[in-house]
Amino acid sequence: MRTSIAALLLVALPLIGSAQGKMPSIVVQTLDGKKVNTSTWSNDGKPIIVNFWATWCAPCKRELSAIADKYDTWQKETGVKLIAVSIDDARSMARVAPYVNGQDWDYEVVLDPNGDLKRALNVNNVPHTFLLNGKGEIVWQHNNYEPGDENELYQKVRELVGKK
Amino acid sequence: MMSSRSLVQGTISLSLFTLAGAALAQDGGQVHGNFSTDVQYYNEDSAIGAVVPPERLGANAWANLIYTNGAFEAGGRFESYTPPLAGYPAGVPYSGSGVGFRYARYTMADLEVTVGNFFEQFGQGMVFRSYEERYLGVDNAMDGVRLKFKPVNGIQLKGFVGQQRLTFANEAVKGPGIVRGVDAEISLSEFFDSTWTSANNLIIGGSFVSKYQEDRDPLLVLPENVGSWALRANYTTPKWNIYTEYAYKINDPNNKNGFIYKNGQGLLVNATYSVKGFGASVGAHSFDNMFYQSDRSAATPFDLNINFLPPLTKQHTYNLPATLYPYATQPNGEVSAQGELFYKWRKGTKLGGKYGTKIAVNYSVAYNQDTTRLSAADDTTRQGYTTTFFRPGDRRYFQDMNVEIRKKVSETWELTLSYLNIVYDIDIIQGKPGKPVVYADIVILEGLHNFTDKNSMRFELQHLSTKQDQGNWATALVEFTFSPHWFVAAMDQFNYVTFDDTFLQDGKTEVKPERLHYPIGSVGYIRGGNRFQMNYGRQRAGIFCVGGVCRQVPAANGLTLSITSTF
Repeated sequence: MRTSIAALLLVALPLIGSAQGKMPSIVVQTLDGKKVNTSTWSNDGKPIIVNFWATWCAPCKRELSAIADKYDTWQKETGVKLIAVSIDDARSMARVAPYVNGQDWDYEVVLDPNGDLKRALNVNNVPHTFLLNGKGEIVWQHNNYEPGDENELYQKVRELVGKK
Repeated sequence: MMSSRSLVQGTISLSLFTLAGAALAQDGGQVHGNFSTDVQYYNEDSAIGAVVPPERLGANAWANLIYTNGAFEAGGRFESYTPPLAGYPAGVPYSGSGVGFRYARYTMADLEVTVGNFFEQFGQGMVFRSYEERYLGVDNAMDGVRLKFKPVNGIQLKGFVGQQRLTFANEAVKGPGIVRGVDAEISLSEFFDSTWTSANNLIIGGSFVSKYQEDRDPLLVLPENVGSWALRANYTTPKWNIYTEYAYKINDPNNKNGFIYKNGQGLLVNATYSVKGFGASVGAHSFDNMFYQSDRSAATPFDLNINFLPPLTKQHTYNLPATLYPYATQPNGEVSAQGELFYKWRKGTKLGGKYGTKIAVNYSVAYNQDTTRLSAADDTTRQGYTTTFFRPGDRRYFQDMNVEIRKKVSETWELTLSYLNIVYDIDIIQGKPGKPVVYADIVILEGLHNFTDKNSMRFELQHLSTKQDQGNWATALVEFTFSPHWFVAAMDQFNYVTFDDTFLQDGKTEVKPERLHYPIGSVGYIRGGNRFQMNYGRQRAGIFCVGGVCRQVPAANGLTLSITSTF
């Protein structure tokens, strides 16, 4: 039994290493209550940033505010789109729309109130950022936020659209 | 030494798995998952009343693995608590290592079938929410069968049956009750999509949930099946979002309500209005006798909850307001209200200055429910009390007025100033009978300075003043970050009392309080989806909350290592 477990690990590890992540098929809600399947997310062949956050998470809000200052330029230069996935639950999900508007953010915001997408993407804690290429495959991810991380993220976005 | 037989077995299984692996890779199957662990070494520290478990070392670990291939998905979670960290979990203690969650799911056209463990929520959860908050140790995962069906666009049907997770002892331990439920939701603008292109939407939903638990009570005749239902409506326009949900539960005598036969009900209403640069929300809740657990004699209020009653208060992010005096919903009865405003003065305006200024104002209040106890003679059907729904009583459980101003003052500096005024009935909320109501004022200044576009420094200065509970607190934190990999931080929390150097705790005994420092240092390293963090120092006893649920964390002194990884 032990050997088969070891064998499973031996085989599974390279498999894990090589796995090119696709977006899972999970239903999330838009701010106007519509249900959207995440496997249908697309941006006309341009990259997508998927950022997990919550209204109670201070570093998340710092990150989204920092990106908001540059988002216009990012969009013009690369066509990238940011989808902000709020994991606020029943307690605070009603605060998401007024908060987002109060911040003057231009992101597409969706709600994941029971953590279905968070679990499907194996997110441990927020903030957690995924970068999807034009085919919708996850090519990069980053946990946590430190001021300046947005520059590294944008560098990856530029590489995806062929700008160095 | 490996016997030849197991060697053969090993080789066979290895080749089988290789084949399987190759097949999976060809079919586009994927394995992904995550891992996280928190390990803490505890030092003795009698000055702060630190808890030291006999093992000296606590370790929590989790690993999730998910395999997906087209419409098929299967997954499991390994958990280990050897032993759990002090104060973890919130409810019945965990022990040992093993698989605590496993499921298989497939999706065929409009039907999704899940067997094994699953999480689910109906509406905002007033009659059913199965969820996990790993860092609190709250997990009431269902084990059973769930179906989701979408017959036409805009209509979603769900149904489930199963048992809830109670605790963990080398495997998930389930509670004694059975829970089953159905939910239907129609989203009108999606349903009438072809003809109705309105930007407005109305969503109407309804659910029915019931639990079964055998009645073994020697005296009372208890209902073995307890039903509950809820109705909800959500109307949205590009600017407005109005949500309401009403829930009703038939009589459910349990150890939280004193085994009374009264029916329970709950109502929540929320409205938000927002346009670019401005957002506002108002909301109100009332709950009466709404504890709903799949074991009527559940040992703690954290375990086997079928429903979720969201508290209507702001969840703070700064250390002092977040961990000293957070509010928790009182399911047996409360009436509460909240209002909130967000505004941004754009750059170039008088108050916005060169970079813009943001303000947030929030007010929330919670009262008990106005009730009249019934005397034994009048209470022949064991109703306990009478009440008028939504009428507050005269006991204020909680009040929070707070304002936050955030301003970028130069190219490299951003400052945030916050003020909070909190009234906190610690007797009710934290279950400390006889302790006086806490009145606290909190002022917080936070600054963020970017040295370069990769290196930055952040500080927080927090002060809480109160003449009740533990007296005043002052906190200073400084954090240096070196994007994208490193951070170091140091924090000190200082507990002191100023009035005459004597502290009239509970208005009775004079105590000369000790002046206590709680210094702690952290260093962290982040690389992609991996994060390593180490802390050393004193941790104050406090209340740790995620979502609507809080867990008491005891004081500790020692070394903590946390690792999280996503792949």
